Amino acid sequence: MRKAALECVHELSRFDERVLFIGSDLGPGVLSKMRAEFPDRWFMEGVSEQHIVGMAAGLAMEGFIPYVNTIATFLTRRCYEQVAVDLCLHDLPVRLIANGGGGVYAPLGPTHLALEDIAIMRALPNMTIVAPCDADEMRRFMHHSLNWPHPIYIRLAKGGDSIVSDPKHGFELGRSIKIREGSEGVFMSTGVMTQVALEASEILGREGHEIGVRHVHTIKPLDRDGVMSDISRAVSVVTVEEGFVNGGFGSAVLELCSETSPEHLPKVARIGIPDAFPTAYGSQQTLLSSWNITAQSLAMVMRNHLGAR
Amino acid sequence: MTQNLDSRSKELRRSIIDALKGGGRGHLGSSMSMVEILRVLYDSILRYRAVDPGWQDRDRFILSKGHGCLALYAILADKGFFPREELLGFCRSDSRLGGHPERGKVPGVEASTGALGHGLPIGVGIALGLKIKRSDSRVMVLTGDGEINEGSNWEAAMSAAKHQLSNLTVMIDYNKIQSYGPTKEVLDLEPLADKWRAFGFAVSEVDGHDIAALERLLMSLPLVDDRPTAIICHTVKGKGFPFAEGNPEWHHKSGLTESDIQSMYDCLN
Repeated sequence: MRKAALECVHELSRFDERVLFIGSDLGPGVLSKMRAEFPDRWFMEGVSEQHIVGMAAGLAMEGFIPYVNTIATFLTRRCYEQVAVDLCLHDLPVRLIANGGGGVYAPLGPTHLALEDIAIMRALPNMTIVAPCDADEMRRFMHHSLNWPHPIYIRLAKGGDSIVSDPKHGFELGRSIKIREGSEGVFMSTGVMTQVALEASEILGREGHEIGVRHVHTIKPLDRDGVMSDISRAVSVVTVEEGFVNGGFGSAVLELCSETSPEHLPKVARIGIPDAFPTAYGSQQTLLSSWNITAQSLAMVMRNHLGAR
Repeated sequence: MTQNLDSRSKELRRSIIDALKGGGRGHLGSSMSMVEILRVLYDSILRYRAVDPGWQDRDRFILSKGHGCLALYAILADKGFFPREELLGFCRSDSRLGGHPERGKVPGVEASTGALGHGLPIGVGIALGLKIKRSDSRVMVLTGDGEINEGSNWEAAMSAAKHQLSNLTVMIDYNKIQSYGPTKEVLDLEPLADKWRAFGFAVSEVDGHDIAALERLLMSLPLVDDRPTAIICHTVKGKGFPFAEGNPEWHHKSGLTESDIQSMYDCLN
């Protein structure tokens, strides 16, 4: 997914001279072809995220569209004031490509995990948050990112993920995708958690339950119509995200329920990371298992909901 | 002291007091130390069109020490960016002149500042953008002294030197008093000139209230062809108001009374 995102930056830079790339201190050779082709629009600025975000704002003020890339937690926590003031208050078209959303950097420990990024980016006016479900969708999104007039936080997964998206669904910022139909319940998921939700819906399907999956690639602005169409019809709703449940994607769905107060309000459960820093290392998968974010766990939560109605 | 302020410097200070009177509050000390710096920039150095603030060939001025906005508002009004009467609405709910300046609201304001340490990184980005576009416009960033406690300034300084941004000048309003007290006591900046030199800047120092010296120096920019410039402006906090000069109590004042305001006007007679 990251590879797809960066390749797209290079492609975009070929046909739009406003596009430029800023990295912090990334691995050797990142976007080396773009560097060779457009040396004046490729920057590696060092471990200085506060400066990098401000510099991107200045470039955007001059009409450029900077795509900034580094590890998610350093692009959010480290320079939150710069993101809030320089990007969001000025409402500038800067794109933050954030490596390792969620538990990707599990072996590196809690300093490298981006678990609250969705919650804190959501809190900022003018910020758009996008979490594609696979590399193909990332490509479709990146081409739509060019002319979006606001800052975008782009949450990347580990890479090498299965392809579950379908070109026929297309991509529109702010519009979710009903990736699987089902009348009894629905998983609402974002990012690569849509893959887990699909797997869970298949497990439940084999048990005779018709469970849909709504993939919400744009967490902000939330697709109110799409989400509410499920809320008003489904019996059970389970949100799934690889981030802290406090203030995250599931919270956004619940806030929408509360604001719109539909006549028929199904039970909504949130699956995500509990309110604690992880204490274990291992792999992303071991962390996901410890947080009960697996297809089996999702299926169990949905099953309990269906049984409790 | 006021005896060395000429009539124009006094007039600009009167405008600042008009705004202070309107808002009943403001960063008096922080604004008065930079009046001559702004006066020289807008009278003799910067290229701009007040009727067309977004003119693409303008020089970009960023007030990084946004709390000094009273002085910026005074000079922008003086130059016709907006009507002078607007100063009287400072900080009021129906005014566009807030306690810190905002881009998109106030004509002539390039960046919303107030949170410190943001102006120089943004200025580096603008200067870099101008270079890519092969524009000959220049970027001037005015920071406070306490402001450069923030590490983001030094991140940006390294970057400015790396990119050889000779179109970028940072001016430091070195009045040597920050909110709590003397910069020497709170977090000493010395040796300040050596620090900027070590970060790759061409450096000069000047009396920030000496009009002729400021003009001479700013007309000679860039000081070195392939380096950004840092100008350390030695100034007096609260310049022109004996009760406020060098007094951290006047960094910011709220609840100003009519007699406070009158005593300020009296200093300029």
